Amino acid sequence: MPLSVYSQIESNKTKTWVIMVFFVLFIATITYVFSQANGSGLSYAGFALILSGVVSLGSYYWSDKMILAMSGAHEADRKKDFDLFTVSENIAIAAGIPKPKVYIIEDSAPNAFATGRDPKHAVVCATRGLLDKLNRRELEGVIAHEMSHVKNYDTRLMAITAILVGMIAFLADWFMRMLWWGGGKRGSDNEDRGSMTAVFTLIGIVFAVLSPLIATIIQLAVSRKREFLADASGALLTRYPEGLANALEKISADREVLEAATNATAHLYIVNPFKGKQFAAWFAGLFDTHPPIAERIKILRAM
Amino acid sequence: MGLFLPVIAVIGLIILYVWYLYNDLVTLKMRVKESWSQIEVQLKRRADLIPNLVESVKGYAKHEKSVFENVTKARSALMKAEGPKDVAKAENQLTGALKSLFAVAENYPQLRANENFLQLQKELSDTEDKVAYSRQFYNTSVTEYNTKITLFPNVLIANNLGFKAEEFFEAGEEDRKKVNVKFE
Repeated sequence: MPLSVYSQIESNKTKTWVIMVFFVLFIATITYVFSQANGSGLSYAGFALILSGVVSLGSYYWSDKMILAMSGAHEADRKKDFDLFTVSENIAIAAGIPKPKVYIIEDSAPNAFATGRDPKHAVVCATRGLLDKLNRRELEGVIAHEMSHVKNYDTRLMAITAILVGMIAFLADWFMRMLWWGGGKRGSDNEDRGSMTAVFTLIGIVFAVLSPLIATIIQLAVSRKREFLADASGALLTRYPEGLANALEKISADREVLEAATNATAHLYIVNPFKGKQFAAWFAGLFDTHPPIAERIKILRAM
Repeated sequence: MGLFLPVIAVIGLIILYVWYLYNDLVTLKMRVKESWSQIEVQLKRRADLIPNLVESVKGYAKHEKSVFENVTKARSALMKAEGPKDVAKAENQLTGALKSLFAVAENYPQLRANENFLQLQKELSDTEDKVAYSRQFYNTSVTEYNTKITLFPNVLIANNLGFKAEEFFEAGEEDRKKVNVKFE
């Protein structure tokens, strides 16, 4: 058990760097292809290399804030959100790490996630629905699961994945739209227009090929094992696996979709926020970053 | 002459090992100390809540004198206690006294509706959780430290360096659950 936790931490730290380097190289390559086709030389590629490097490092330091902003979360208040606030304090005491910042998303779909690059910069975030539906012991189970993600450095990797891979997914989407709608209106003479269309077509195709690849990267990075590991280390913190088992049961019984979640942030949550409703079946399979809840509950109950 | 280098190498390795072990043990011991002080912080917090709680119950149930006395006595015993064993004993006593205090409170519907009382009850229940979790972390640290100094060959060295086994903080594990069931 300890061995697997420590190897998980190492592998998370390595994977984080791999994704950051991959991102920089990827953006620089795309820009290089673009500028070659455009005939504008290497200067753009150099610029892209620097810019993507800055973005990559920026995400490392500010991913938590970006993710919180993307999810529309606000900071919790000790008086108003007494249970969430104090439970987070208590689990931090049990885990021997500093108290995390506590955030709330005002959404009635019950769910939660944690983020932050290390235990010193941890953030746990729960939805209003979670706080309304769970009792204190169940909430402890969920928060302990989230704090285990923090302790295992899952949150560092997941945050970087969310921002950088999400950014590529966003760019892909954007270029596809340009290809379908915007390409025609540029350039006044035919020759110029022809080369622009060719470039956009090229990039469009590259990104179209890329989408499943992005999904695969997320899947590789976000192994399903980590959820089991976080469940187990969470139970070790609370000494009460039934709490998390009950919470998972309640969360999965709820059919509401969490609006604040996007493709890029879905894998952060304790339970898939889309509940298999929004994607076509094959697509859902690609993004299926969470093991089946029934299996998780079974294992927790057997502890 | 042929033996000289190997002997030096072995002595060097042993020195390195002792050096490493010493630093490791100091770190672990500091963690045990730190987690013990965390327990004390939480126990203090709990003790600070109690006078207010007693006052708010007194307002409704003046004649239950013996209950208040028990709580006050147990509280001051806990504040005087030192070392894991004594503290654990005093803590159990206080938990028992508080239980009867809350049992008394059950009989006064007005009290149970009192905002101040409810808030204190919530705070107290949270503090008991905090005590339980700091105790858990303390015991984990003690286990790690005690294991390290008893393993071979560490056991040969640790004792001579003055590292002694630390005491566990043992209290009835079911305390937390019992008290909480009442509050929910």
